[in-house]
Amino acid sequence: MAFTAVLQSEWTKIRTVASTSWTLALVFLVTVGFAALFSATFDPNRLDAAQRATFDPTATSLSSMELGQLAMIVFGVLVVSTEYSTGMIRTSLAAVPRREHFLLGKMAVATALALAVGLLTSFASFFLTQALLGDLGIGIGEENVLRAVTGAGLYLALLALFCMGVAAMLRSSVAAISVLVPFFLIVSNLLVGFEATRTVGQYLPSNAGGRIMQVVPHAFDSPETPYGPWGGFGIMVLWTLAAVLGGYAVLRKRDA
Amino acid sequence: MIEAVGLTKRYGAKTAVDQLSFQVKPGHVTGFLGPNGSGKSTTMRMIVALDRPTSGHVTINGRPFRELPNAQRHVGALLDAKAVHGGRRARAHLLSIAQLSGIPEKRVDEVLAVVGLQDAARQRTKGFSLGMGQRLGIATALLGDPQVLLFDEPVNGLDPEGILWVRNLMRRLASEGRTVLVSSHLMSEMALTADHLIVIGRGRLLADMGTQEFIAHNSAGFARVRAADTDRDGRETLGTALTKAGGRILQEPDGALRVTGLELPQISDLAHRAGVRLWELSPHRASLEEAYMRMTQSSVEYTSTEDPRAELWEPEPLALPAWEDEAEAAPEVPRTGFYAPPPPGAGGQPFLMPSNPGELASASGNPSPNTPEDTR
Repeated sequence: MAFTAVLQSEWTKIRTVASTSWTLALVFLVTVGFAALFSATFDPNRLDAAQRATFDPTATSLSSMELGQLAMIVFGVLVVSTEYSTGMIRTSLAAVPRREHFLLGKMAVATALALAVGLLTSFASFFLTQALLGDLGIGIGEENVLRAVTGAGLYLALLALFCMGVAAMLRSSVAAISVLVPFFLIVSNLLVGFEATRTVGQYLPSNAGGRIMQVVPHAFDSPETPYGPWGGFGIMVLWTLAAVLGGYAVLRKRDA
Repeated sequence: MIEAVGLTKRYGAKTAVDQLSFQVKPGHVTGFLGPNGSGKSTTMRMIVALDRPTSGHVTINGRPFRELPNAQRHVGALLDAKAVHGGRRARAHLLSIAQLSGIPEKRVDEVLAVVGLQDAARQRTKGFSLGMGQRLGIATALLGDPQVLLFDEPVNGLDPEGILWVRNLMRRLASEGRTVLVSSHLMSEMALTADHLIVIGRGRLLADMGTQEFIAHNSAGFARVRAADTDRDGRETLGTALTKAGGRILQEPDGALRVTGLELPQISDLAHRAGVRLWELSPHRASLEEAYMRMTQSSVEYTSTEDPRAELWEPEPLALPAWEDEAEAAPEVPRTGFYAPPPPGAGGQPFLMPSNPGELASASGNPSPNTPEDTR
């Protein structure tokens, strides 16, 4: 069976359920909406000298990713876990004997979709907020800005793929979401917030991957990182690879 | 052709399927029978490699499922009518499965029409009834026009019209030379659908034979005899005479006697000698359902216990005639309207052969060919 057939089938699956459109719409609306809110209510006079020196207009556009990524987590989880919760996995696997094709096809289609939505979100967010920031705003042509905005889209796609891997390991929507949301929302922020745990926290996927979105180092008092933007992204790629391989191992070994 | 060799599946300490070996041949509807929890579904899941056998193997047309190129063109399976994403519309569901094997979109509309779901094609499947779900599952199985078809309890939730439709569909598919394996826990349904039966209980093979052969082997014949109601003592007199001649007797609810161990002419002679006028003397064969119950009763996983309050509804016990005590007590209390033959001896060959060869020998003899069939 050709791999393209699996891709085609997974594309049909993903576009014919409602959860795809509402989770991805939420990613866009939450990220762009909060970015607009932050920048529209931004008052440059309240910044002190140090903050003014490290002010990062790009980060203002992308900080709302923190919230928008939650919807992306749900998207990534649901793409995989609804196969299990609905029993569809049995119908799918009774038609695709090669389980690696099934999983890779699903992940490829969903990640491509997440990347498209992620890029759309990050660019829309950037242009809207820079317009709202007025004099403080910068153009996409400034140094490292294009990398940060593109990186934000890549980050969202990679995040979705990471969540698909975790969902394939846990095989349950509830389990996967209740592990992943607190992990990304609370645990990573907490660990990086304390001096003692920072060295560990910096290597968690969201913190390492998020580095690519920074243009000005130390903006908003962010700590020093031992890796650069692409180094951090590479760390997140490793995390994602581990999750995907873990998910594949579970799918291959366990009874469906 | 499906071939299983020593198929075994254990879940921890529990053995769901135990050393199962069988062949399902093309051109027949093969019924896969067993009580709930006997391992039918697990076996079918192993055939399509959803579950990995603990030991043994199963092949489809000589190859393991996972090695089949373009599997849907070889095997179609309905394993669980609810195994669909409820948020997806029926047609989109079928399309996504069809695309896996490069099956054209036109075929999706064809199978929707075959199962009679063309009007529900654009509905989300969570609104489907169980019967509609079964039809959608059958449509999924038919998509690739496969040579081998598996159906797990396909008639569950179908109305009589739907059941008839499934029955005819199975027969038609088999007559086209396909291999059709249909599981059910309903013997009566299988008697009408299947040419061949594979019966399992507690994961073990109990029988693998043609349906007619299964009936012949497993249903003991008996005679129903009824003395004229006008003669008050007739029944007792007859009962005593028959018991003395070596017959075994059970009372039927309508006052007739069920006799095993005596041939019909013998019963007639005995009645004549005892001076009892008969209103009925008819040969019967236990139905397939009874044969099946008898075979699987020692292997059912979930049996009900007596309801302690049931006695509240129990009818007045019949006054036992004197000869009833003399007769060897039937090991089983016959329930109203239902005949359960004595259970086979534990161990050994529990069902195909009576545990004591002489016991049922005369009873299982063929009734004369021109006698009426069991009309119940």
